[in-house]
Amino acid sequence: MEQVVANGLYLGAQYALIALGLTLIFALMNVLNFAHGQMYVLGGFVTYELYGQMHLPFVVALAASAVTLAVLGGLIERFLFRTVIRRSKREESTMLLAAGVAYFLDALILLLFGEKQRGVPKIVSGVWVSDNLIMPYDRILVGFLAVLFIAAFILMMRYTKPGRAMRALAQDRVAAQLMGVPVEFYSLVGFALGALLAGLVGGLLVAITGVNAGIGGPISIKAFMMVMIGGAGVISGAIAGGFILGMLESVGLSVLHSYGDVTYLVIFAALMAFLSVRPNGLMGKPWG
Amino acid sequence: MSTSARLATLVIFVFAVFVAVPVLIGLTHRTDFYYTLSSVALLAIASGGVWLTFYIGRINIGQGAYALMGGYVSAILVVRYGVSFWITLPLAGAFCAAASVLIGLPILRLRGVYFAMVTLVLTEVVRLLALALPITNGAKGMVSLPPPGPISLFGLTLVPSFDTFAERNEAFYYLSVAVMCVCFAALYRLVHSRVGRLFVALQQNEELASSMGLNVPALRVLAYSISSFFGGIGGAIFAAIAQSVYPSSFTVADSVNFMLNCFLGGLGFVFGPMLGTLVLYFGWDLLFQAGQYQLLIYSGVMIALMLVLPNGLLSIRPLNFRKRVRPLIWRRS
Repeated sequence: MEQVVANGLYLGAQYALIALGLTLIFALMNVLNFAHGQMYVLGGFVTYELYGQMHLPFVVALAASAVTLAVLGGLIERFLFRTVIRRSKREESTMLLAAGVAYFLDALILLLFGEKQRGVPKIVSGVWVSDNLIMPYDRILVGFLAVLFIAAFILMMRYTKPGRAMRALAQDRVAAQLMGVPVEFYSLVGFALGALLAGLVGGLLVAITGVNAGIGGPISIKAFMMVMIGGAGVISGAIAGGFILGMLESVGLSVLHSYGDVTYLVIFAALMAFLSVRPNGLMGKPWG
Repeated sequence: MSTSARLATLVIFVFAVFVAVPVLIGLTHRTDFYYTLSSVALLAIASGGVWLTFYIGRINIGQGAYALMGGYVSAILVVRYGVSFWITLPLAGAFCAAASVLIGLPILRLRGVYFAMVTLVLTEVVRLLALALPITNGAKGMVSLPPPGPISLFGLTLVPSFDTFAERNEAFYYLSVAVMCVCFAALYRLVHSRVGRLFVALQQNEELASSMGLNVPALRVLAYSISSFFGGIGGAIFAAIAQSVYPSSFTVADSVNFMLNCFLGGLGFVFGPMLGTLVLYFGWDLLFQAGQYQLLIYSGVMIALMLVLPNGLLSIRPLNFRKRVRPLIWRRS
């Protein structure tokens, strides 16, 4: 049982980090970023190239993943989303754009890195063993780093000027603009930050599970689920959603495995039942 | 457009799909187009359903679920119980409509991205169900479905057995296109009826519509069930053409594509999904030449289209046209 809980916490920390980026982009721009999973994969491949192939230190590779994705996210916001939001009659049009970007990144990743499953050498070797708990050190480290990044993100949102500006933007775009917040600039920053988080998790996880070009879509769906559990556009909700999904997955895999591959079926069904009772998730604002 | 112009367009369209296209295919001997065009017609039917949910202001990324459901209902009835395909077709639609009422009642309370994400999850649920349930034969799927038999009424053969056609897909082409025409005619009629007006009211502001005395929950379930009916019909015929249905026949990617077809054609136009499906399907097929760059070019063009024509292909039209034909959807608040 301890093992299941530990696995759940470890999964949850990473999931929460993925969901944070998605929810941030949603809160600031009302855009459902379909390409989030693909950004994650791209981050994973950058770390794979730098750390796995060129043997640079892991920290450098991780930073490179984050920076690459931040730049990419910024460019996507500036040249694609901003234009479409301005020209389109319906805000849902951004979903088509996001899906287009997701396909584009998928194709790009496939061309650049091929379809093989890629892994890198362990960042720290060894396994921590106690009476009823076995945990490899690298998982502990990655889980710890994920929690660290989450904490840093929360502190940034709460106590720095850009963080305050972004929270204002999420609360009420027009009011923020009237108060003199440079709305367009902070949309860009927010999108870049969201993409950065995706890249960061990708870089972290390539050290554990490896990465392949096809997992972008499934990761996006998982991220959507976490955001729905917690409530779209709410930071605490994304974190809660991430940990809840991680826990459900871990417990489900150990409890339900005798019934075959039904864990996700049960989770999905539970999620739909939950959402019909609480349409805005745990902490969401009414109608997001 | 005046009534006569509309009638003329209709006649030209029907003539084109039922006479011109088969003649052209006969002349060029490209019989593979029968299959391609049937697929387009069937996907257009499902996309038309998605369009209707857009029409009441909901983003539906769950049509793949109903298409898969329809395919399985028809396949299971045909293979396991020996029911005629022609009876299973309306049954598949009805089953999906009934399921969508049950599913829709709770989830239609959600709006915006919440609804979009739940429907996306629904597609996964149905796929996983198809994998897990014993009756669906798991990952192996339902295979070797027999072709549709004849329809006879009082000893008179109305539709010959599909086996008697030299090119079976030709028969499927006529079937798919005919069903598509009926579905879109129904959609057009619905949108321009009193109920269609009420749907616009829902799209613009549900609270206001409710305060005017509309039964909002009933109306949106109605729209959603019609949408799912279309999905089920499309999926059922698709299973018959492919003679098989697998859990992976309709996945999240297909659900997203149905949505994209609507967007591309233009959400403000009833026939948008038809055009969108045709363009996206053939665009994808044509790019097959590009080999490994297929997806890259396809998505690049999609992004470019979005930048240039964010309101859909049908939003380009001659200036004097634009004044008279008002799009059916306005910007919300």
